[in-house]
Amino acid sequence: MADARSSNGKSILVIGGGVAGLTTAIEAAEAGCQVILVEKSPFLGGRAVSFSLYFPKLCPPTCGFEINFRRIKNNPRITVLTQAELTSLTGAAGDYEATVKVAPRFVSEACTLCGDCAKACPVERPDDFNFGESKTKAAYLPHNMTYPAAYVIDRSVCPAGCKACVEACPYGAIDLNQGAQQKTFHVAAVVVATGWAPYDASKISNLGFGRFPNVVTNVMLERMAAVNGPTGGKILRPSDGKEPASIAFVQCAGSRDENHLPYCSSVCCSASLKHSTYIRSLYPDAQVTIFYIDVRTPGLLEDFRAKVATNGHLKLVKGKVGKIGEDPQTHDLWVTVEDVLAGRKTTQRFSLVVLATGMVPQTEGLPQGLPRDEFGFVTDGAPGFIGAGCVKRPEDVASSVRDATGAALKALQSAVRSAHHG
Amino acid sequence: MGKKLGVYICGGCSIGESLDVARLMSVAQKEYQTPVCRTHPFLCGDEGLAIIRKDLAENGVDSVVIAACSPRMKSAAFNFNSGMIVERVNLREHVAWCHKERDEDTQMLAEDYLRMGISKAQKMEALEPLAEGISKALLVVGGGITGITAALEAAEADYDVVLVEKEPRLGGSLAGLQKLAPTHSPYTELEDNLVFAKIQEVSRHPKVKVFTSTRIVKTEGQPGIFDVTLQNGGAPFVQRVGAIVLATGAKPYDASKLAHLGYGASPDVVTGEQFEAMAAAGPLTRPSDGKPARSVLFVQCAGSRDPNHLPYCSAFCCMATLKQVDLVHQRSPETKTYIIYRDIITTGQYERYYAKVQNHPATFLLKGEVTGVRNHNGSGLQVEVKDTLLGEAVRIPADLVVLATGLVPNAADNDALRILRDAQATVRKNESATQRAEAEKTVAKLQCHAGTEILNLTYRQGSDLPVLQDGFPNSNFVCFPYETLRTGIYAAGAVRAPMDYARAQEDAAGAAMKAIQCVEMATRGQAVHPRAGDLSYPSFFLQRCTQCKRCTEECPFGSLDEDEKGTPKFNPYRCRRCGVCMGACPERIISFKNYSVDMIAGMIKAIQVPEEDEGKPRALLFMCENDAYPALDLAGMNHVTYDPNVRVIPLRCLGSLNIVWIADALSRGIDGVMLMGCKYGEDYQCHFAKGSEIANRRLENVKETLQRLQLEPERIEVWQFSIDEYGKLPQMIDKFMNRVRELGPNPYKGF
Repeated sequence: MADARSSNGKSILVIGGGVAGLTTAIEAAEAGCQVILVEKSPFLGGRAVSFSLYFPKLCPPTCGFEINFRRIKNNPRITVLTQAELTSLTGAAGDYEATVKVAPRFVSEACTLCGDCAKACPVERPDDFNFGESKTKAAYLPHNMTYPAAYVIDRSVCPAGCKACVEACPYGAIDLNQGAQQKTFHVAAVVVATGWAPYDASKISNLGFGRFPNVVTNVMLERMAAVNGPTGGKILRPSDGKEPASIAFVQCAGSRDENHLPYCSSVCCSASLKHSTYIRSLYPDAQVTIFYIDVRTPGLLEDFRAKVATNGHLKLVKGKVGKIGEDPQTHDLWVTVEDVLAGRKTTQRFSLVVLATGMVPQTEGLPQGLPRDEFGFVTDGAPGFIGAGCVKRPEDVASSVRDATGAALKALQSAVRSAHHG
Repeated sequence: MGKKLGVYICGGCSIGESLDVARLMSVAQKEYQTPVCRTHPFLCGDEGLAIIRKDLAENGVDSVVIAACSPRMKSAAFNFNSGMIVERVNLREHVAWCHKERDEDTQMLAEDYLRMGISKAQKMEALEPLAEGISKALLVVGGGITGITAALEAAEADYDVVLVEKEPRLGGSLAGLQKLAPTHSPYTELEDNLVFAKIQEVSRHPKVKVFTSTRIVKTEGQPGIFDVTLQNGGAPFVQRVGAIVLATGAKPYDASKLAHLGYGASPDVVTGEQFEAMAAAGPLTRPSDGKPARSVLFVQCAGSRDPNHLPYCSAFCCMATLKQVDLVHQRSPETKTYIIYRDIITTGQYERYYAKVQNHPATFLLKGEVTGVRNHNGSGLQVEVKDTLLGEAVRIPADLVVLATGLVPNAADNDALRILRDAQATVRKNESATQRAEAEKTVAKLQCHAGTEILNLTYRQGSDLPVLQDGFPNSNFVCFPYETLRTGIYAAGAVRAPMDYARAQEDAAGAAMKAIQCVEMATRGQAVHPRAGDLSYPSFFLQRCTQCKRCTEECPFGSLDEDEKGTPKFNPYRCRRCGVCMGACPERIISFKNYSVDMIAGMIKAIQVPEEDEGKPRALLFMCENDAYPALDLAGMNHVTYDPNVRVIPLRCLGSLNIVWIADALSRGIDGVMLMGCKYGEDYQCHFAKGSEIANRRLENVKETLQRLQLEPERIEVWQFSIDEYGKLPQMIDKFMNRVRELGPNPYKGF
């Protein structure tokens, strides 16, 4: 019976290598499961690895990822496939056949991270890890904690016939003719942990994102604050690169709004409180105002709210932001708020506005039959399919990890059952 | 012991250009007479690895020193068969990439690192994994929704479960509810209470043994080998289990403390729990006179989010109140319902239910604070509310006031219980009058905790899980919410953190998974998180033990018990392999086969300390390998230069630092010692919870020793360091080295 769990049991497939997928994969593998972890980007860690700090501890995500990557390195039961996507799934719970397409990285495991390819590469591309706020070479390392630790080549921007990187690589690690691969796996269960995407802020036309350079989103701010981000950890106004003196956070930018996302995105209140601490430590005199409907810091996060709210330069104002306008000369912003507390509409000037945009489930490319709710979040109900993390509901990192750990047990159950039957 | 060492030096990634590899090889060959020493320009490539494998297979090499990139890189390539001793020397990130090329100081640094690596490898021994008979059964403590779910989920994965509930029936706090708040699409309809079906399921499950009206008399042993003594009326009996899920849930906050919200002023002020019972019993009436309740006012955060009561948000009450409002309106749509709130916290899809209930024409929401509740001429209650939006006082008549009381975890405060137990022992011993008086005071103060024990662990460090935040035995980690200070014991549900029944079920599955993982890893002799998979464990040379008890006190995980004389009794399956005990031991009797006081001392000895007149100071940098060491790798990847006179020694945790190493270093003429561990304090980042803090405390003693030796205390510095601070690291090192230069050479040089 014990052997059924480890060797005879079928593998499980985990789609998504962010916090949730990574957790499910590692927790299941340490319990003895064979795991195929499929991630569509060239690195593991998902969105969380791009954050500067986590709330409520204000600790760096890389601290936990370092441990988790080590757990993967030490565990022969996990197969990591990056730049990979599930292309077909047939069979039934307990006995699926999954086909995974792995796009070429053009750089093999022989890569040593020496960086000679990037030095030699003649072209640049916008760095999607930094929301296009900086550039990388076509031969690039997505970020400095990239795992798997290997460069990637973005062939879409390579000049025709250029072989500069191939010639520069002392280790023969680059093969520009590498093709896509199809891999087939027999798995007992599929864990869907494809995470979330930020709501497209340009859809909220009254808030000026995309039209006014100094209106940014919370995820952009997160990259600005990160030491490995486009500004090296400085929060600056995109229009002029200056330090902002007054910053407004617009909560529920899209969330809790029948015209956009009718649900609450769960994390944005705590995230904005956290962002106010970034600003405080960079610019102690900057004025921060958070416009909110409810401050939602559930459970023990209340301690975090209480701690952050003691900052004298932070104002929490109950009110829905109706409109944002711009002073074309200074690129300062006029924020019109229904100040419920004062019972009137007010307009205030800010040098930077951060939209606390919400979470949208990322379900592109998932099998059609997967049950989802009216907002696209994956729901329970299909045997052998297990949702984990933010693809099920908006939630924070700790909750995603909790959920993903439970998902590992559901997957383990399928693997054990399949071993009994097979 | 007949060990045959192979030293392999990589020349790739600019190591070959930066360093004189031939001179490095002669260090191995001449100074250490290593039987095999080779170099290759691309050691991690197929050809390079083939050379090593050939030596392993044909030349009898059984211990390997790889001098190449950081040990964090290419671990798959340099992973030879298990049982092989492999020591990595970081010539790339810590030497070639961050120091001047073809420079004497850079070369000296590389040579010292090679000496240190060879010296360590010579002392390392092959690991012999633990191999005892491990029980894979789980104990689940608590038969509420969390415990039942944990038991069922584990049983469905084929694990035997012992489910213990202290009450005569299963179901916990959910058993009193008829309907539950919605959790399924469209998130607007009340759901049937699932606990009843789950009670049936768990009671019939062939893999689950259910014991109700049962308490835990004691829990002895360690993960994989817990012997749990249970009692339910008759004679105590023992169950052997491998891991434990603590799912004791929560109780409502004591409403008698909420007089300011009107509780006790009238029978018509009730708690949410009392309201549920009333709703289940029949029509909603005023308890005072039985007249129908035509208006019901709900007070949110009754006790919660209040520093005088419960500092936290209880996480379930907003949805519970919305459900109760819905129940009122389902019976009588005209009944007015008021919700007095600070923030309505309905995250995620729960927002849909809030929107629905809010839209009911008889629902009134008021952001405000209840300032008083009084009887109104015998015709119901009048509630005074300060409207925080308009700043006005409002009076609302209500037939029934429902306080949404928060939750209090059913947890035992391990530390308080332990202090109480130790004080009681002091009183019993009665050795000195002052001690006794002091202890009696402590007993009086903590007496309220007596009898609150749940697990009754026979651990030296106490009977239960330590509580961390607001009385919850929650994990302190964002990334690792099930991380625990007692290996193999995982809290789940409302005892771990405030949560509703839906989250509690997910939490139950997660904790059950961790428990399963623990028994599976124990079966393989492996450590659990954060050194998951580690096969090493400490051994104790007890003949030299002086019973100082430092190891038993300092182990963050309570791995060590004591016999009557105070000799430590080690429980290897509780151990997380951090080495804090090794660092604590003044007699240096605690060692791992691949990590010991002697090995690190050997590395320090291997450093060549230049004479005073050479003007080359030497400093040691002890680094936590989990955070500080990777940060120095990142500094290397960024090719930032720093002082090359520093020698880095990675430690499993800064808490494994034995202060004898500092004495060793200083007596060898090393001019300064830096220590870098993780942040500690309330929001600690140390993966072993207390390691870095303990190291810091040990250092206080070292500084006194230094003063006695007339060495400047500034020669030693300790930093709390976070992995993302790599940008600051080179300057920190340079600053320290400048200070060391200002202090001048260590006068013990050359002794």
